[in-house]
Amino acid sequence: MTGDWDLAEECAQDAFTKALERWPRDGVPSNPAGWLKTTARNRALDQLRRAAVGAAKLQEVAMTRFVDADAESVDRSDRGDGTITDDRLRLMFTCCHPALPVDAQVALTLRTLAGLTTNEIARAFLVPTETMAKRLVRAKRKIHDAAIPYRVPPAHQLPERTAAVLAVLYALFNEGYSASAGADLVRTGLCAEAIRLARLLVQLMPDEPEASGLLALMVLHDARRRARVDAAGDLVLMEDQDRELWDKAAIDEACGLLEAAMGRDRFGPFQLQAAIVACHASAPTAADTDWHHIVVLYERLSELVPTPVVALNRAVAIAMADGPQSGLELVDQIDAGGALAGYHLLAATRADLLRRLGRNADAIDAYQRAYRLAPTDAERRYLTRRLEELSATP
Amino acid sequence: MRYALLVCNDESADVTPAEQAARFASYTAFADTMLERGVLRDAGVRLRPTITATTVRVRRGDVVIADGPFAETKEQIGGFYLVECEDLDEAIEIASQIPGARFGSIEVRPVWEI
Repeated sequence: MTGDWDLAEECAQDAFTKALERWPRDGVPSNPAGWLKTTARNRALDQLRRAAVGAAKLQEVAMTRFVDADAESVDRSDRGDGTITDDRLRLMFTCCHPALPVDAQVALTLRTLAGLTTNEIARAFLVPTETMAKRLVRAKRKIHDAAIPYRVPPAHQLPERTAAVLAVLYALFNEGYSASAGADLVRTGLCAEAIRLARLLVQLMPDEPEASGLLALMVLHDARRRARVDAAGDLVLMEDQDRELWDKAAIDEACGLLEAAMGRDRFGPFQLQAAIVACHASAPTAADTDWHHIVVLYERLSELVPTPVVALNRAVAIAMADGPQSGLELVDQIDAGGALAGYHLLAATRADLLRRLGRNADAIDAYQRAYRLAPTDAERRYLTRRLEELSATP
Repeated sequence: MRYALLVCNDESADVTPAEQAARFASYTAFADTMLERGVLRDAGVRLRPTITATTVRVRRGDVVIADGPFAETKEQIGGFYLVECEDLDEAIEIASQIPGARFGSIEVRPVWEI
């Protein structure tokens, strides 16, 4: 029996919105889960009545998964709490089901869990509202027609499906993070939404160290947001950033989260990436950065995620720890591998290492190659500045 | 001998409701005739459109799930199973155990329940 996903989604969202309005004003009810369920169900019934559909339709909605789940949760809520969380977690797993296209997963998550309007999501992803509306409709249709389950996956699927949820949240964050400070606020607001959802996930899955790892990673990136671009909107490299602009409280919070997560001794890619950023973020000056530790972390990361991009980052860390020549040799190996042909950061990294080795002519060539491949204006401006500096040096 | 008769059509084509109804009636008539003739086991299966499809592959022991129908044009349909499942996850789990999932791909398409 498949449910009326649309209705369930709208009503659940509505109940949460109402809770946000009312609870701060009227106080949290004694049984918050029950309150939400009742509100959502009443809302569902309201909507159906308003649509003037008859008893048959009411019968139908009573059969939906949402109301099935509802009966179950109300029973359980008598015994205690945890049911609000259950529903939002189920929504997350349904929205991030791997049978849905990734762009639809991200959009559905924003629509159902963050409550963004279709129009806002369309703006955030720079597509026409109509395109986004279609994407959402198709995804919901597939949830309904193919019977994508509305539940937290069983234990044997949980690691893989959790990874899918984490990937969606990180994609959401990166979408916002890559938008420059001057860009549409909805776009930059995606970072805050991603962090908010990750906090929720950590609360819902306290035993999942990768959820904490992802939250820590996003908080650490976000803590440096103000220092990342200058007044002109240009990128500022980590080593040149004004560390006074970093949000110390956020960095401390992330480091605490990460420490607790890594204490579980189940390392994953997000924990390791967060640990690397934490190394940078906790160094008082760029010169104090513990590059040897970063190299170790990249080594562990490349065992878990053996991709050329991780290898490139490892090469940069080695260059910082052991000198540009060792880094350049690794970068040249990666270049020869061909998997990153056309990746501007490979060219930019080579250029940087060559410059530090004093091989200016080679560096200029590499910077020019990076310039041709760079995807954003800010990156092109940065590369132009480097080229000008080099051309000015005899 | 048993034969599989695979029905292929252009799902993007615009079909008027009248034409739709006419086709439905002709499919029903076909099934009735063939059931009576004793060559059909059941009335046939209509699949939901490809946007509801999910592709399952097993590579190096990992179940790889992708949205949409299979994309490799060099792959052709080599057989099919009709299974009764609780939800898509169960269908995916069963699909991943079909030997062909390890070297080809399994397209999971919901059946249009009438």
